[in-house]
This record gives sequence, structure tokens and C-alpha cells, in this order.
Amino acid sequence: METVLKRRDFLRRTAFAGAAGLTAVGAQGWAWRSPAQAAARSPRLIVILLRGAADGLDIVVPYRESNYYAARPTIAIAKPGEKDGAIDLDGQFGLHPSLAPLMAQWTAGNLAFVQATGLKDATRSHFQAQDYLESGTARLTGSGWMNRLIGVLPANSATQAMSVGNSMPLIFTGPQIVASMAFGKAGNHQIQIDRPQIQTVFDQLYAQDQRLSQIYKEGREARDILLKSLNDERIAASKDAPAPDQFETSARYLAQLMSGDAATQVAFMEIGGWDSHVNQRGILSRQLKPLGTGLAALAEELGSVYEDTAIVVMSEFGRTVAENGNGGSDHGYGNAIWLLGGAIKGKQLYGEWPSLEDTALHESRDLAITTDFRDVLMSLLGEHFSLNAEALSQVFPGYQQSKTLRLV
Amino acid sequence: MLVNADQKVTHVLDRLSFGARPGDRTALSKIGIDSYIQSQVKPKSETEPNALAERLSELSTLSMSPLALFNQAAFPRNPSEEKKKQISKWRQKIIKEAEQSKLMWALESPYQLREMMVDFWFNHFNVFAQKDLTLMWVGNYEQSAIRQHALGKFRDLLGATAKHPAMLFYLDNWRNTDPNSAGAKGPFKGLNENYARELMELHTLGVEGGYSQTDVEILAKTLTGWSVVHNVQPSTDESGFVFAADRHDSSAKTFLDQPLIGQGVEEGDRALDLLAAHPATAQHISYKLAQFFVADEPPVALVSQLAKRFLVTKGDIAQTLLALFESDEFWNLSHYQRKFRTPYQYMLSMVRAMGVSAPSQEVLTRIGSALNQLGMPLYRCQAPNGYAQTEAAWLSPDVMMRRVSIAIATANIVRGSKPDPTALLVTLGNQVTAEARELINRAPEPLQASLMLGSPSMMYR
Repeated sequence: METVLKRRDFLRRTAFAGAAGLTAVGAQGWAWRSPAQAAARSPRLIVILLRGAADGLDIVVPYRESNYYAARPTIAIAKPGEKDGAIDLDGQFGLHPSLAPLMAQWTAGNLAFVQATGLKDATRSHFQAQDYLESGTARLTGSGWMNRLIGVLPANSATQAMSVGNSMPLIFTGPQIVASMAFGKAGNHQIQIDRPQIQTVFDQLYAQDQRLSQIYKEGREARDILLKSLNDERIAASKDAPAPDQFETSARYLAQLMSGDAATQVAFMEIGGWDSHVNQRGILSRQLKPLGTGLAALAEELGSVYEDTAIVVMSEFGRTVAENGNGGSDHGYGNAIWLLGGAIKGKQLYGEWPSLEDTALHESRDLAITTDFRDVLMSLLGEHFSLNAEALSQVFPGYQQSKTLRLV
Repeated sequence: MLVNADQKVTHVLDRLSFGARPGDRTALSKIGIDSYIQSQVKPKSETEPNALAERLSELSTLSMSPLALFNQAAFPRNPSEEKKKQISKWRQKIIKEAEQSKLMWALESPYQLREMMVDFWFNHFNVFAQKDLTLMWVGNYEQSAIRQHALGKFRDLLGATAKHPAMLFYLDNWRNTDPNSAGAKGPFKGLNENYARELMELHTLGVEGGYSQTDVEILAKTLTGWSVVHNVQPSTDESGFVFAADRHDSSAKTFLDQPLIGQGVEEGDRALDLLAAHPATAQHISYKLAQFFVADEPPVALVSQLAKRFLVTKGDIAQTLLALFESDEFWNLSHYQRKFRTPYQYMLSMVRAMGVSAPSQEVLTRIGSALNQLGMPLYRCQAPNGYAQTEAAWLSPDVMMRRVSIAIATANIVRGSKPDPTALLVTLGNQVTAEARELINRAPEPLQASLMLGSPSMMYR
């Protein structure tokens, strides 16, 4: 751990000194990225994980498939034009009506979905599947792919990588330091350590400790940047409007960090509560509404930075094609990945749709997988961050990319 | 290398309790390490001290049965506005009392190892209070299913959670129904495999335990009709457990290569027997125990040794723990002060070190809100795998900022009574390094206690 931190310090200093940045070439070698390449763009990435398996079939609705309606008598989303119907995307698929706030992004060409993705050698266990998704491999490595991603990016500030929430998710676990911010309004509350006289003594106390001094220092640095960067004025609800949801608040804070001096480049957020074994209809409309509103707010608050932002929304697996006995669905297989942002070549559905015909289903019950989720992420990261094959193989070690999607 | 005699005392207080209270070090040295461990693993009685027992008895909803709780706090069909208000009040009271009792036990019970195991097992068999009816049952669940069996037989613990309405409701099994049965109607239309899957993956065999999707489906069928008291399913059973025979799939089944004998609820009991006695379960539980008590990446040899003891003793939790505390791995210096405390453990260790006794409702509420700020609210882990127990999950730059901030607030948690820094130093003993002592002595006096509570070594147990 220590050597990595030292390397990172070195990177940071060089980055501050006005260097264009470093890019990884192979396991040990580092090479300068051309100044023109680095100066021209400052790509940003936000990953949002929907924990609990969000049902892709009710989110990107295959409304032309008769099997969809046959298998889901009570939880299918009606066709476009019908009551509470889907919002048409391309004449074949429609968006869940609670995601109406995102339609402007679709129309503007900033929203896309990759159909039928997932991890083929996966499992129907939430936790194992989330671990795979976060570590980026079915053989757990103990570190997350977003942490390894920071390792191959030119380093800049202590807030380069930001995790929203109180515990560190596996996706960000690893040798690179990641800042974090509490979820919702608490992200911008003053705490005791923000007081100078408290800082002085605790700084001394922690400077003594081998294990925690570095992480404490990173925390202090990140906190300073955070407090300077967050602006509550735009977040307070206007007079008659309802208070914004916690997710929206966090999304706006994140946008401020990304567009301001904090220079946050890579961020992660998560939302739980998608495991709709019972009453899926209610659960999805309750969960999707704030997510759609929050994502729209994120796009708005990012301002000009939005142009070079990619937002990935994903969930560990899909759910059974057929509904269960309780107006819900059980653990399934293939699922859709959402892609949002100015950087995305949107208004498109990517990936091969396997159909819901009985013979096309995985184990006779689930949507099949036609695109490994790592092909989606490697295609995106490669182009978005200008990473070469060697850098990509450090982010997803042991995986041979099997196809490239032109997402950016 | 093993820990030395002085470290041994700290190690026992850190790993078998929620941290040292004033006087604990001296008392432990007097009793002797071995007899202390014996008395914790196999307490002769579990009578709480009078003061604690009295305070617990004041929490009136704690002694109510699941049925009584349901009758008091479930919404009837079409409730009046007044009834709604009344019920919300009851619900608030019930959950508040559950939270307070949890903290009182953990802070004040002399059966500290049992309370550590309550923390361990609750997360192992996690339920989420904010899922509707679970809220009113969570306190009873912790008391009657978890604490009751925390040091007992694993099979009893498993059975108590499997038949508790909090679990059956939380993981949706209460609606799990044979679609071809006479009772398959209304909200009870078909199979729901949520609980069956987590029962194998999280509670018993573990995800690598060698079961298949077919096993999940068979277990789900076996558990059809295992349900709870509800408006659509009234009952007079105080336990809140309902076996709805008219929704049960009574076809012949083979589960884990064994025929399931019986027709009704016994079929599920038999499945639990098979799961509890399975070697994969012994391995899974042993791994988690070793991770909780020894190291985030527990030594492989230790895990198999514990699994062996677990199997030989037919899932005797106390015997398995004894094997753990007798192992060289437990006493190895390389594991000493290396377990990063979860927010819950950190908060409790601070309040215990300060020697707060009979904490007021106000103090308990403050502990609760500190836990919210640290991302570990009581009874509110939404996912069934419970809160993580590893450093990787909890340590981050921001966490350190929040912890030192909360240490300052905690030093003032009892209004008007600040802990004496000198006494605190004695309580914490060798946990505060000589270097830190020197620095703290030079710091402004009002900050000294906070510095100790927020010091790097307090983050570890």
C-alpha cells in the first residue's frame, strides 16, 4: 500500500506542476500522455449502482413482445399511448413512465441503453453478483475496477475520485485513495474537524500513526476542497416545490464537485431497494421517480462539463421474465445498462436483443445475455478516457474484450 | 509470536467485549484470563444486574408477544385518521424501545461476549426495520430469536429466526404459496423464492455451498405456507408464526439428496435440520466467526479447525467459540489491534471507556444519531447480508473525519459531565501509545478526553 501511495503522491505533484498527465503502459511503465490529448478533454465518469436487481424489462419495456405481456399479467408496463403506458423510444421499446424526466435527454441524443448485458458465469445471488460487477471479474481480486481505473488515470486532487455514502463500496476498494461524501444533505454539514483548533491537535495525533496518517491526511484535504466547493443555494427547494429527494441532493453536490475546483473526475453512487419480489409495480414507480428526477438534475447542474461526462447506471442482474405469485419477480439473468451524458452517442439501443421467445430464454426463465458487461465498460472507458489496451487490461485484468461498441 | 501478558488483557477486552470500562482491566487480571473466557462463553446464569434489569423492565413493549405487537401496531383495513395516528405513535414507541434496549444491553450487560454474538448473529440473520411490519417485530426478534440462542445451538438459532415473523415478513416468505393449492388466492398466489435462497446462501451453506437453482426452488416449495399473522390471515398464536396448511406444497421432495419426510410444517423443519448439519454450513459459519474475532482474512487452518469443532459438537456455538479462543491464531501478535471497529463497535467502546452508567434516554438517542451519521443506523441495514465487519468496508478518508468529529461530541455525551482524562487513560491502558500520551498531555485540557477517544488506536480492537 505504501509504495502505491508514494507513487500517487509523485503523480499528484507532477500533475499540479502543470503536466499533461501520465498514462499507464504496462504493469510498471508510465508514459506521458500527449499534452494536446490531455488538454483538449477532461472526461468524467459517474457510475450508479442499483443494488437489489432492478428489473430491466419494466424499465426498457419490450412492448412489441407478446410474451412480455403473457408472462407478466399484472406487472407489465402497458404499451405507449395506453394508460400508464411506456414512453416510446424507437418503435420497439419504451421507457418506464416514471422516467419521463429523462426523455429530454433521449431526444437530445444523450441517453442510450445496452440491452441484455450481464456477467455470463454469474449467479443468482445478489451479493456475489454485485461483487462480480464491482470487482469486474468472477474471480474476486479484492479490489474494484473503479479503483484500478483511477490507477491508470493522471492523478490530480484529493477529490479526484468521490464515493457517495458512508461505507466504501467494493468497486472503489483498492490501493488508490478515494474521497467520500455522506449521502443527501449531510454531505454538506459542518462537522467538528472543520474547526481550526480541533484540526491542529488531531493533525499532530494522526501524524504519529503509521496505519492511519495517510488516509487521515487525504480526508482533511478532501474535506477542505469539499467545503469550498459545495453551494446549497441551488439545492434548497424553491418556495412551493417539494424538498428534493436525498438522491437528487447528492447528485447536485456531485455535479458541483465535478464542475468546480474539486476537479472530481470519477464518482460512484448507489441506490438500494430494487429487490421487487412483491408488489413490483409500486416499488418501481416509487424508486424510479427520484432516480429520473435526480439524473435530470445531475445533467443540469453539471453545466458545460456535462458535454464530457458519461454516466453509467447498472444493476447486478435482471429479473425473471415471468412474474411470481406476489405481483413481483424473482432473480434472473440479463439486464439493461443505462448510459447517459453529453459524451454518449445516445438515442440508441445497443446490444443484440435476444427476444423473449421461450426458446431464447436463459434456463427457460430469464432474459439471455448477449453482451458481457465488461465489453460495455471497456468500450466506454477506452474511448472516453483514451485508454489503450494495456491500460484497459489493468482495469479488467484477465478479461479479453470480445467486442467493441461505439458508445462515445 | 503471541501477545504478551499485558496485551492479553487488552486483547480479551477488545475481542470478547465492546471495550474496556473503568475497572475492567484490574478485574480481569484478578479473575484470570482463562476463567474469564470460560465465564463469558458459558455463563453460569444470565441474570442481569438489578439496575439494568429494572431499566429494561421499564420498556413495556419489550415483553409483548409478536401477536400482541401486531394487534397494537398493525394498520387495520381502512383505519380512521385517529387510529392511524395512534398506530404511528405505537410504532415509534416500539422501535425506540427496541433501539434503546439494544444499546443498554450492549453497554451494560456483564455478558459481553453474548452481546458481541448478538451483534454478530443479528447481522448474519439480518432484517430491515423499515420494511413495514418488520419494524414492530425487530425488537422481539433480537430478544427472543437472536439473544436467546446467541451462545446456544446453531440449529435452535436457525429455527427461531426461520419461524419468527420478522424474518418471514422481511424476506417475503409469508406470501410463499403453492400455486396449485386451495389457498392460492388474493395476495397468496404463487412461489416466492426470496427467503429460500438467502436461507442457503447467507444463513447456512454459503454461496459456495454447492446448491443449485433447483435446490432453491425445492426449498421454496418446502417452505410454502410458512407465514405470519396478518389482516388477511388472522391468528391467535402468540408467536406470530402461522403455518397455512392450505397453501403448502405437500408433494414428495428430495432436498440435498435426502428425502424430506413429513407432510406439513415438519418438512421445513427437516430441511432446516439438513442445512444446519451440512459441512458447508460449518465452514461458512466458522469463516465468519474467525473473520469477526480474528482477522478480516482469517487463517485457513483456523477456519477448518473451527468447522471441525462445529460439526463434532452438532453446531454448539459456545464449543466452537472455545476452540477459537484456545487457538494460537487468536493470540497471534500479528492479529493484535488489527480489527477495524465498525461504527457500532466504535461508539460503544467510547461510551464504555467513559464509564457512563445507566445512560439516560437522551444519551441513548445521541448514540443512535451518531450511528446514523457514521452510516450504521440501528436495525436499518436494508440488504439481508447485514453490515460488513471488515476494514475495507468501513475505512475511508471521510470516515476518519467523521469519527474524530464524533469523538469530540461523544466526550460531551452526558451533558455537564466530562470524562476525567486521567481516569480514561487508566481505563484504556496500553491502548494509548506512549507517543500519543505525551501529545495528549500537552494538548488543551478540554480536548484531552476527545483526543483519547478519537485516537488512531481507538479505531481498532
